[in-house]
This record gives sequence, C-alpha cells and structure tokens, in this order.
Amino acid sequence: MREHFEAVARAATQKLTGGEDVLINYRAEDSTFIRFNRSAVRQPGTVREIELSLDLIEGRRHAEASLSLTGRIDEDESRIARALDDLRAARGETPDDPYLLVNETPSDTAREIGGAMPEADAIIDAVTAAGAGRDLVGFVAAGPVYTGFANARGQRNWDAAASFNADWSFYVGGDKAVKTSHAGFEWDAQAFARVAGDAAGRLEALARPPVTVKPGEYRAYLTPAALNEIMGMLSWGGYGLAAQKTRSTIFLRMIEGGARLNERVTLSEATAKGAAPAFQREGFIKPAAVTLIDRGVYRDCLVSPRSAAEYGVPTNGASGGETPASLDMAAGELPEADALKALGTGIYVSNLWYLNFSDRSAGRLTGMTRFATFWVENGALVAPLNVMRFDDTIFRMLGSNLEALTAERSLLLDPGTYDGRNLESARLPGALLSAMRFTL
Amino acid sequence: MFSEIARWFVESGAVPQGSLRVERRREERVTVERGVVQPRRISESFGAMVTAIEGGLGYAATSDLSVTGLKQACDRAVAMARAAAGRMIPGFPVPAPFEGDIDYRGPELRPWAGVPLSDRIAMLRDADRGLKSDDRIVDWGASFWSIDKEQLYVDVKGGRVAQRVHYLMPTLWAAASAQGETQRRTFSDAGMRVGGAEILDQIGFFAAPAQVSAEAIQLLEAPNCPEGTMDLVLGPGQMVLQIHESIGHPLELDRILGDERNYAGTSFVTPDMFGTFRYGSDLLNITFDPTLGEEIASYPADDVGTAASREYLIRGGLLERPLGGATSQARANLPGVANERACSWNRPPIDRMANINLEPGEGTLDALIGRVERGVYMETNRSWSIDDSRNKFQFGCEYGRIIKDGKLGPVVRNPNYRGVSSAFWRALKGVGGRETFLVSGTPYCGKGEPNQAVKVGHATPACLFGDVSVFGGA
Repeated sequence: MREHFEAVARAATQKLTGGEDVLINYRAEDSTFIRFNRSAVRQPGTVREIELSLDLIEGRRHAEASLSLTGRIDEDESRIARALDDLRAARGETPDDPYLLVNETPSDTAREIGGAMPEADAIIDAVTAAGAGRDLVGFVAAGPVYTGFANARGQRNWDAAASFNADWSFYVGGDKAVKTSHAGFEWDAQAFARVAGDAAGRLEALARPPVTVKPGEYRAYLTPAALNEIMGMLSWGGYGLAAQKTRSTIFLRMIEGGARLNERVTLSEATAKGAAPAFQREGFIKPAAVTLIDRGVYRDCLVSPRSAAEYGVPTNGASGGETPASLDMAAGELPEADALKALGTGIYVSNLWYLNFSDRSAGRLTGMTRFATFWVENGALVAPLNVMRFDDTIFRMLGSNLEALTAERSLLLDPGTYDGRNLESARLPGALLSAMRFTL
Repeated sequence: MFSEIARWFVESGAVPQGSLRVERRREERVTVERGVVQPRRISESFGAMVTAIEGGLGYAATSDLSVTGLKQACDRAVAMARAAAGRMIPGFPVPAPFEGDIDYRGPELRPWAGVPLSDRIAMLRDADRGLKSDDRIVDWGASFWSIDKEQLYVDVKGGRVAQRVHYLMPTLWAAASAQGETQRRTFSDAGMRVGGAEILDQIGFFAAPAQVSAEAIQLLEAPNCPEGTMDLVLGPGQMVLQIHESIGHPLELDRILGDERNYAGTSFVTPDMFGTFRYGSDLLNITFDPTLGEEIASYPADDVGTAASREYLIRGGLLERPLGGATSQARANLPGVANERACSWNRPPIDRMANINLEPGEGTLDALIGRVERGVYMETNRSWSIDDSRNKFQFGCEYGRIIKDGKLGPVVRNPNYRGVSSAFWRALKGVGGRETFLVSGTPYCGKGEPNQAVKVGHATPACLFGDVSVFGGA
C-alpha cells in the first residue's frame, strides 16, 4: 500500500499549479470483521477501502475534499484530478482563512508494526472453541490499517499497523456478563484461548442471585475499563484549547475557579506509548507526551493548528478535535490483588456504560453500571449487583473521594470502528473511591 | 455506472446466490464559526458491498468498482460464507430473493445544488452575526450539512431498488458564559430532513438566531431547575430523544435476540411480550412509518430488499410488533418491519430504527401546559444516558421553564429528569395535536459491530407526563 500512497502523493502534487500547496491525508484498511452471538457466527465479512483527503491551498484560501480510491493508480489519478478542479472552483468562492496553519518544516516519519493476522477460519475456530458450552457474544476485527500524510513540500509520513481486536462477553443470563478484550499486533491462538479461559473462570461469582441496593453513597472500586469510561467523558471537549477558550470544558472550575483533582491524578497524552500515528492532518508531528493534569492540577491543553492560529499560541500537534489519542494515567500504589480487601464493603464496578453530563460546568457526570458489577462485603464478592445509575462530580470521584489508584495499569485498545478501525488507546490503573453517589 | 455494475453482477455469476448494494454519497459541510468562514469540506464515498449465500452468509465491501475489484469482492464474500457454513447462529435463514423493480426519489422542492456556495455562506454569515448579541456569548456558529445519496440494490435473480435522496441539516449554536457557568443553546430540534432549500423556511431558520442567542443569555441568568416529583411537559425536540432511547432501541429485534449484548446492549422487552405487554398509557400510539417523504428514513424497501410499509408498533399503549427485518423475523418467528439497514456501502445491514413516530393527539402546547398545576416544561436534548436494557434513563435538556397553575413561568437552567422506561410511558397523560407536531431526524444513531451511525427519523407532538423525578444541576 505504501507504493500506492506514494503514487497518489506524486499524482496530487504534480497536478498543482504555481503557488498552490496541498495537504494529502491517506487512509486505507483491509479488515476482516466477524461478529458472534450465542457462540456462533452472526455476520462474517471483509472491508477493503481507501480514502483520500485533499486540502488545496493558495495563499490563505483553501478547501477540502475527501474521496474514495480504488487502489488502481490510473483510475485514482483521474479522480484526484477531478477533485482538484472542484476544489479550485470552491476555493474561489471562499474568503481567506485567518486560522490556516500548516507545518512548514517537513519532517518525514515511518512506522510499520504488526505481524501475522488470522484468517477468518482461524478466528471462527478460536472463538467458537472458547464459546463452546457457554453464551459468547462479541466481535473480532483484524487486518492492516494504513495512514499517510504528504504535502507539496515533500513531507511524507507513513504508518502501517496490522492489528487484531477481539472484544466479547460471556453471558450467564439476563444482563450479567464478563466482558473481555484481547488485542495486539500479532495473532496467537493460544494466547487468545488463555485470556478467554481466564474470563470464563470469572463467571462463577456472576451466576449467584443478583442483589439490589438502595440509591445512596457507597465505597466503590472502578476497574481500568470502568475508569476508561469516565476518562472518555473528560476527553470529550475537556482538554482542548478551543474548549478552554469557549468555556465549554468540564475542567472550567479548575481553569477559572482554582478547583483541583486529587494529587494522585496525573494524566498525559502519551503519543510515544500509544498505537495511534504520531502525525496529524496538517503535517505536524506530535510530541512524545503532553501533560494534561499534573498531580491534580490542570496543566497543558491540546492545541490543534487552527486553535493555535486563532488564539496565538504554538500548536502541540493535536488533532482537529483536540482529544487525546493515547491517554496515559500515572499508576498508584495499591496492588491490584488487594483491591477487594481495600474496598472492604461496597461496589466493585467492572464496567460503566453510556455516560453523559448532568451539569458540565459543575463537572457532574451520570452513567450506568454494566456487565459485571458486584456487591462486596469485608473484601469478598457477595453477589452480582443489578444495574445502578451513578450521578456524581469529577471533583468528588477523582478529587476528595479518590482513595487509591492501583500499581498495575491496563492498556486498553479502542475497539471502535465507526469511521474505520480506531487506533486510540488508554493506559489506566484501577481506582478506589471512598464514596460514589448512586441515584437510581 | 451503477447500472453497468449491476448488470455485471447479475450476469457474471460470480455469486451464485446473494445481492449487491452500490452507494455513492456526496456530502458538504459549510460552517461560519465565531465570525470566520471555516474551510468548506466536501466528501464523496463510493463503493459496493457484495453479500453471498453459500452454506453460510458472508459479505465483502470494496471501494474498487472495476470488474477486477468487484470480482475479488465476490470471491471474498463467497469465501466468508463458506468459512461460516455450519457455524452460524441456529436457524439462520436464507433470505428470499427480491424480485421487484423500484425507483425512488426523495422530495426536494428547491434543489440545494441550485443554491450557489456564495449564497450558502452569506446565509450563514447573517446567522452568525445574529447569534453574537452580547459580550457574554463566548461561542457561536452556524452550519449546513448536506448529503446527496444514490444507492442501487440488486439481487442476482434480478430484483432491483434504486434510490436517490437529498438530506439537509442546518444548525445554529450560541454559548453564554460568566462567573464559572456556561450555558449552550442550539437550534437543532428539527435535526436532519429530506429536501432542499425549502427546509430553511419550513423550520424557521432565518428567524432563529436572535431567539437562540437570547435564550442562551436567559439560561445564564436563570436559577437551577427545581428538584422534586412533578408533571413534565416535553417539547417535540426532546420527545424525539425520549422515543428514540426508550421505545425505539428496546424494540429492536436483534437486541432482543442478543446480537447487541456485547456493544449497544440488550432489551427489557422479551419475545413473549408482543401482543400482551402494556408499554404505555392508552394515549401511546407508535408507528414505523417509511411514508413521510421529508422524514430521513423514508424508503420503498430496506437494504435487503424488503418492501417497506407503515405499521403500528404500539397501539393504544399495547405492544404489537418489534423492529425486526426479514432475518430477525425468521429467527424469532415474529412479525416485523422492513428495517434491515446499513449506514454505508462498507457496513452490513442490521435491524435499525427507521422513522419511528408518535402519532399526534389533539390540542395545542398551551392546552397541555394548561393542565399542569405544578411542573416543568423542557425542550431540546443535551444529555442522554440509559442502561443497556433500556430501562433506567436520565435525560437533560437545554431549556426549561417552570409551569405553575397552568401557565409558563420563569426560565430554569440544567433541567434534567430520570425514570424507568415503561413506568414513564404509562404516566403519559397528554399528547399534543398536529399544532405541536415536529418531523425530525438524527444521523447519529450508533449501533452494531462493526459500528454504524445511521440516519433515524422521529416525528412527534409535545407530550405531558405525570409524577416525574425532575432536578437541576450543580
């Protein structure tokens, strides 16, 4: 695919007229998608697609277009030529863009990661074997994802990541399940079987009759997967400069009111440790890390090129949405093996679900428990808990009520596939809370 | 090109049994934000999905529409079907081949393509200026998102469905901020609709900026919504979300069959409830209606070639029929609707909402409010959260007003409410008439593995609910 990317870049740049520049963003995937329900195949398929984005610039005027490519350069050259003609016409009707900012110091990068990917037969064999005699529902995505950037200044950035992401649940009945994922860059059927076996081993406690507790405040332990849902809400317009300047960030009270989180909370955008490409759509290279929250204090924000131009500060290579792609939270000191004992009596939350803001300015969130949540007494799992709604602020959950973070962290690779396969990740510990507010 | 591809597919025999879906989708986004025209973004997605039945059922999607590319896709789809043969979910059916021939064109009275880009930008500039009415407005903007979609479905046996539809989604927003508080107001209740420039007049786009801006300031100065159990009147914009989350999703038959348990969730509804379960009060009438041309999920047939018709899902409060396409109907042995849909050429069809509407009653919004002694009126969704069985929900709105003794009172900010789905619908006390009816749609309904965000329409009047748990922020 790299040859096709290079040919596309050549084709686009050779068609420029004097004074024009072009930002070329290339994305391709060759994915196997297999969906399962009740330990059998529900929908198996493949998706091969190539998408090209062109941002044609002359002076401060520009217009963007994206188009599907075929992989056959003759046909693709024709499509590129038509797209550039359309963009020239559109550019003539648009005014200067005061916030246009592109990388003017070319920096080439290349990364190729990943090994053997499984064939469909191997995936089906592995998953149906793991699900034999059980109720398995889930999804496996596998194959390469290619990302490239090029411009007329000769900059070339290339990222080829072959990966798989198996994301599934073993159900014991109703809405009670053990949710597990196993992702990586080289498929190993034995490793998958081990992870599946470990997950199946956690089903016994879930089979006990569930209990319900009254709304109120309870001690709680959030696994890394549950904490990741809260982190997702903080990332939704939380860390960007634009969100800060337009006062829409959930951290508004930290920025303007002096509020802070618990000193145990240190968060960074750790590009060097993540799976996402280290370059972005205007050609800027991301730094190895940007510290977002430093021991509870709001520090740096993510600055896209547009925000940099609008607000007169340097960019740190953030994407247009100014959201972290490789979030990293510093570990704590609580051994994960001691989490139940430290919880004592309270709620063990394996997964949270469908979070949203109750009052964004006040840092208040709501959401549901899901899959495997347990009532715990004296450090022992008593019974699965029926789903509960929480409604609490980050200044309590990650502030005054954050009692400990675990010493071990989990790398969670995003299984999302909305606009193609996602390469975002989060590396997080578990969190012990002295109180969490449940409302329904 | 569409017909050439279709002809090759039918005549080549590359797939002994199955279908082909070709789609070309052109989109344009034009935005003016905080006084600055943003770069115009256009996109064209063009590709095809082959579905093959050979022992099992497999699919393959490709953006290479040459004969070579299509042949490879056919081979991959057949290989997938063979790999899954004998290992698919029990009772997986072989869909009957579609034998009809349909051409459908969505209404577009004033074609959007006939509005020059310079005019589109000028309209947005005017709106943008109207939104910045006060120094406390810290973020504001206006945008048009338009989509021109062409799709052709063909079965190897010769069945054919051709569709072309234009969608438009105008949006306005203004955020006011002071002293650590930010309140955002949008003009978004109508969401996305089918049509062209006529939509702007139909939804009152040109008069909206001043109201949006003024209401953002009102919210900034308003007290928090009170807390308590009281009557709740929901404007149609919020009703759209209420219907979507607590009726639409739980009635999806693939959820009921367990397909979505690892991602979007399951349902509190079970197969035995159809025909017997009281979902809501007698006033609740919900239809699957693909016939309202301006609503965004109107179509003559779904993406597996099942002809679409209007059906009651809930009638007089009684649950009648699930949202299940031909595949799910056969698996569950239940009746359903034509709702097996894909968001794009690169995703396979699954059970989705289409146009799920609450049928109007009688009377104005004032008449509904006039029945309330103590309550809150809320409109325009801003927060949505519900459990994976679609029971316990908490929703928040942008704008609220106190209702006292049958009259609207002061504005309140951060209006939220929570409840449990069927208990909430059984507390439905009033359904507004055609005067309050809004046709709306969202392009953001997420579901499926691989993930798909699909267009879903909802049309509804304003409604009155009794004894709802209401609260504010902070």
